[in-house]
Amino acid sequence: MSAHSAPMPAEIAVPPAQRRTVLEVENLSLSFRNADGLLPIVTDVSFSIRQGEAVALVGESGCGKSITASAIMGIAPENAVIGGRIVLNGQEISALGPKERRRLCGRHMGFIFQEPMTALHPTLSIGRQMTDTLKHNLGLSQSAATQRAAELLDRVGIPRARDILKGYVHELSGGMRQRVMIALAISCGPSLVIADEPTTALDVTIQAQVLDLLEDMRRELDLAMLFITHDLEVVGDFCDRAVVMYAGDVVERGESADITRRPSHPYARGLIDAVPAHDDGRTRLTPILGTVPPVGQWPEGCRFAPRCGRADEKCRTRPHLETLSHTDVRCWHPLEAGA
Amino acid sequence: MLRYLFKRFLLILPTIFVPLILVFLLLRLSPGDPAGMMLGDQATPEQIAALRTQLGLDQPVWMQFVLWLKGILTLDLGNSIFFREPVMQIIPRYATVTILLTAVALVLAVVIGVTLGLVSAMNRNKPIDRGVVTTAVLGISLPEFWFALLLIFVFAVTLRWFPVAGYNPPDAGIIAFGATIFLPALALGVRQSALMTRMMRSSMLDVLNEPYITTARAQGLPETTVLGRYAMRTAAMPVVTVAGLSAGYMLGGAVAIEIIFALPGLGRMLVEAVGRRDYPLVEGGVLTISLVLAVLNLLIDLIYAILDPRIRYQ
Repeated sequence: MSAHSAPMPAEIAVPPAQRRTVLEVENLSLSFRNADGLLPIVTDVSFSIRQGEAVALVGESGCGKSITASAIMGIAPENAVIGGRIVLNGQEISALGPKERRRLCGRHMGFIFQEPMTALHPTLSIGRQMTDTLKHNLGLSQSAATQRAAELLDRVGIPRARDILKGYVHELSGGMRQRVMIALAISCGPSLVIADEPTTALDVTIQAQVLDLLEDMRRELDLAMLFITHDLEVVGDFCDRAVVMYAGDVVERGESADITRRPSHPYARGLIDAVPAHDDGRTRLTPILGTVPPVGQWPEGCRFAPRCGRADEKCRTRPHLETLSHTDVRCWHPLEAGA
Repeated sequence: MLRYLFKRFLLILPTIFVPLILVFLLLRLSPGDPAGMMLGDQATPEQIAALRTQLGLDQPVWMQFVLWLKGILTLDLGNSIFFREPVMQIIPRYATVTILLTAVALVLAVVIGVTLGLVSAMNRNKPIDRGVVTTAVLGISLPEFWFALLLIFVFAVTLRWFPVAGYNPPDAGIIAFGATIFLPALALGVRQSALMTRMMRSSMLDVLNEPYITTARAQGLPETTVLGRYAMRTAAMPVVTVAGLSAGYMLGGAVAIEIIFALPGLGRMLVEAVGRRDYPLVEGGVLTISLVLAVLNLLIDLIYAILDPRIRYQ
């Protein structure tokens, strides 16, 4: 593999100054090939994640967040045409063939899905699913893999781990299922974990527990984490940096504290105003009018312009991602900091 | 697991007895007197009456039924009116042929169906997939007897690879047995294999869209494991259902094939026994088919329970 060998999940504290970049995504684009030619889904996405850092990918449904994640994992649909560069631990993985890409999955990248009930196999035991992965990726024997699977379940806070290994996903509660999913994702010591809306399908009370667990795992294992979400509260509490996507573009990128407190892009502002807050005395929420334009019907120029209160003639030409005082913004009329 | 199987077992009892009662009544209600048929045109009414008494046909229908039920419980199905031999001795000779024929046909159907279905699903919308789907539609539309005649013409008459008809029991050697069973089994199994191809293809395509397949891939498992274990495990369920139905259909529907290939099977035996009003033999034959079907259903339930743990707890 690369110079980097998969770190076994062990508490290795690396001082922030020495943190290396785990994932670099440069000008990622993705289109679907269909009968009429190419249909662009994601046009220009760039960001990076360092060791021990959580980066949020934020946006409404249909903005291209999940497909970006699947392009990074190398599990995008077969008819997807992917452009740009993806660099994992110094290796340009976007240049690798499908087989080499598959080998990186599990060992170097773990994936946590939104809905653990359907993301775990319904008729294979939990132990079987975990040991299959451990045996294949780490070359463990059956007994060593079982031992390791039990330790992993123990670690993600599942009691009676040995019994649960013999069980099936339908026997577990929602929170337990997501804990199993997390255990599976970290089982082979990846340096990057991608979590696609990992709490959306869970009860509110369980969401906090799962977020805490993910936070613990990130700190303990020094994981780089890509967190796909539409929940800005999660972004503020949980992530170091955030990338806001709209209609296949990155529209704002920066420290998550800056983006959640004083966003510059009108879309990011709109997302924040649409979240109920407890302290600002508002009685009504401000929704963003309209919906994300469907793929293939993106307007020319700024894609957010039709829903934007600040749009004018200039927005008919496409803005570039430019660095403002605190964040990178793709907008002709960015909001003043703190506006 | 044992509890589940016991419950399943109780459920199959009606499967055995309902057809028996129907056949018993139907035979008694249909015209034609076995005593008269056996003795021929020259028989006197006295001779016929004597034979009716001997066969118990002068008893009321309900009494005949009670006696017959008693016979089943004591494993005594009486003597065949035509062969004058205990039914319990005649049935196994014929049933073995039909069960072997069905078993070979089922194996052929499953092997062909699963393979083609998988190839088709893996190459979705490519020429090979379209070819398989078209062939499957054709296979489903062709009647078995027509396919049987086609096979005989090509492989037995023209190429002379197989005998045209006849039967060698397995004791005669596996090659001799195989030569006589292969064409009938293929003729019987080809429609079922077409059904299974379609079922396998659509069920595989469904399963490949399931998130747990994406998970297996995202865990880095090689594609052979993803398809062979993670996808097949769930995709096989509908195919098992179809295989169960197919086996039942072939057991009962082998008549035409048995007649065309001159196989001494249960289907042919039943048709002849009905013609001769040989009540005990017909009843024994139907009982045998019901029993085999019931055992088959139990087997399918067992396979379900092994494949899908959720079923065991219901």
